[in-house]
Amino acid sequence: MENMVNIYLFGKKYSVPENLTIMCAMEYAGYQLVRGCGCRNGFCGACATIYRIKGETELKSCLACQTKVEEGMYVATLPFFPLVKQVYDMNKVTPSEAVMMQLYPEIYACVGCNACTKACTQDLNVMQYIAYAQRGDFEKCAEESFDCVMCGVCSSRCPAGISHPQVAMLARRINGKYLAPKCDHLEDRVQEINNGTFTELIEALMQKPIEEMKELYNNRDIEK
Amino acid sequence: MYSEKFQKSLAAVEAAREANIALEPRRMTAQEKTDLLAAYHPDYKQDEFEVLQIGPNKGDKVPKELAKTLQAHSRITADCVDLETPDYDVDVLVIGGGGAGASAAIEAHESGANVMIVTKLRIGDANTMMAEGGIQAADKPNDSPAIHFVDAFGGGHFAAKRELVQRLVCEAPEAIQWLSELGVEFDKTEDGTMVTTHGGGTSRKRMHAAKDYSGAEIMRTLRDEVLNRNIPVVDFTSAIELILDENGNAAGAVLMNMETKELLVARAKTVIIATGGAGRMHYQGFPTSNHYGATADGLVLGYRVGAKLLYAETLQYHPTGAAYPEQIFGALVTEKVRSLGAKLINANGEAFMRPLESRDVSAASIIRECSTRGNGIETDNGLAVWLDTPMIEKIGGEGTIEKRIPAMMRMFGKYGIDIRKEPILVYPTLHYQNGGLDITRDGMTTNVKNLFVAGEAVGGIHGKNRLMGNSLLDIIVFGRIAGKSAGATCKNVTVGKLTLDHINAFEKEIADAGIETDAVSPKLLPDYTRNVNA
Repeated sequence: MENMVNIYLFGKKYSVPENLTIMCAMEYAGYQLVRGCGCRNGFCGACATIYRIKGETELKSCLACQTKVEEGMYVATLPFFPLVKQVYDMNKVTPSEAVMMQLYPEIYACVGCNACTKACTQDLNVMQYIAYAQRGDFEKCAEESFDCVMCGVCSSRCPAGISHPQVAMLARRINGKYLAPKCDHLEDRVQEINNGTFTELIEALMQKPIEEMKELYNNRDIEK
Repeated sequence: MYSEKFQKSLAAVEAAREANIALEPRRMTAQEKTDLLAAYHPDYKQDEFEVLQIGPNKGDKVPKELAKTLQAHSRITADCVDLETPDYDVDVLVIGGGGAGASAAIEAHESGANVMIVTKLRIGDANTMMAEGGIQAADKPNDSPAIHFVDAFGGGHFAAKRELVQRLVCEAPEAIQWLSELGVEFDKTEDGTMVTTHGGGTSRKRMHAAKDYSGAEIMRTLRDEVLNRNIPVVDFTSAIELILDENGNAAGAVLMNMETKELLVARAKTVIIATGGAGRMHYQGFPTSNHYGATADGLVLGYRVGAKLLYAETLQYHPTGAAYPEQIFGALVTEKVRSLGAKLINANGEAFMRPLESRDVSAASIIRECSTRGNGIETDNGLAVWLDTPMIEKIGGEGTIEKRIPAMMRMFGKYGIDIRKEPILVYPTLHYQNGGLDITRDGMTTNVKNLFVAGEAVGGIHGKNRLMGNSLLDIIVFGRIAGKSAGATCKNVTVGKLTLDHINAFEKEIADAGIETDAVSPKLLPDYTRNVNA
């Protein structure tokens, strides 16, 4: 017999094998998941979950697909959180501090409580990346927030009503589009293709008998 | 953090590490690869396949589980919805909210079409989000679209449709440029040069990445752009049946709210199937690296209205799925781990193969090591081999892992395994549907007008085996192609009277073939719920 632990799904007690993730424990208990389940691998942020261990005061947060059950775990999933997503035209956005002021002014109401950082399911320094956004330092904001899965738990804990993941999203797009160094070899190659530099080569490959293609493939030189 | 039973083998791996780093295992010959695949690759296990008895691919072999769902009953009857009063009426209906669907929607919108996305979970709940390693594009001076062509065509066993490969490789650099302009953060050096690596089967380093969140970075940016354009996204709603018009052209879909089960009708001048893959069908009982909704829905929708499949019998088993701990069994361990220098090592500490052969060859080689050669390591989930991640830090310097593959470090770190210091255990996992619906170079199905397909639901781009980094590429290239084509086509379409007559015709085929089945499809979601009354 497997070792079992008692957990409380939305307050109701279930006995489940101790080696399961919270997500699998819900399925073991009999739930058919529709909401609150996405990639099941920690990338999509669909399964944000808040829990408290019986007898403790601290409220913890996690992704249900990435976290093992524990004895006395009170679990509430957060399959949706109403983040504020402002709509903007990336071609008109400018990489200046004013952008944040205009689109997400609430970030300047941050009280510095650090609840967002404590709540982050990815262990990111959320308050720090918001501070970078406040200063218009998009590059640092982008770097610090890069692993964000936009689960929204940070925002659920924020007394200032900040939608941190959306702020970071904007910062990353500004960084990627405007601040990151331009890639010359990419532009050159697109130009070459448009000029037809490779057309003849490719046309030849389109016509080549399979046997010749095999020769080409099996004897191609491979970059070290 | 490995228990006692792993220690002996672990010690062998550690003892041989320096020597294994220096070792350059030789390339297999073409014949060796052919023999290896025939003997060990799951696609070659004949008793796991079944011949289709009905539909456009009648007589073809596909995995048993796919045959069952392709030859299943519709979820609805032809008269259960009122087609005369559609709930939605659009120019372009995109089914699926992954990378291909989002790219298609953006381009259709750009062309001025009235476009909407319907997706059974949320926009971004897709395999795109989980793609870790990167995206190929021949944009370096020592590379060219022609070299990329040879790699992709050869890697796919010379079976791909060349007109599709041509578009894939020739439009790749532009796809990277398009993504960059949307704000996707590719790894670059200070002068803007793309940081590129090898993938299995590539002859040039052309794998572009955004750390090991490449797909996530692309997907969240595309999603943000869809929302910025105010393209309607109807989420938690699945397409369960295509609608044709009286002329036999695609003209919409019957939709079902995943929570309330309410049925809705969407009328459309053009339809784009961008429903993704099939990992959650668990072919041959394999675990999968795919997201929760990967159940081959688009193949079913298309097949029932007569669209042809191509290479539906070929699946990709990613060589390195996590084999331990069991909480992440089947999860993807990106090929980038091997691109950065980690080698595959057997129980005795031997580097048994060149780490970056194409995926099917690598998977077959691992299966051989664990079966007939008896060099696997036993875990609670079956046999596995080591992937020696600490090699990466020795080759690339301390900090390489945290900088280049942070998601991997996090995934194993949660279970007490520090991949900078300890190797990990891997075994092949069901990763990708190589085949799918047959399309023309403009993304339309070859035999149902106004029905387009993009992304993993397409067959023919990758032949019988896809290379790493060509899938993120194809969802962008062919997503954009489908969006542009549908956006242009819809301007000249007049939709005739809507009909679901094909449901009755398909039912008749089922009955005439003597198929007895209680299955309904599309499957929509896998069933992982324990039967609590059993």
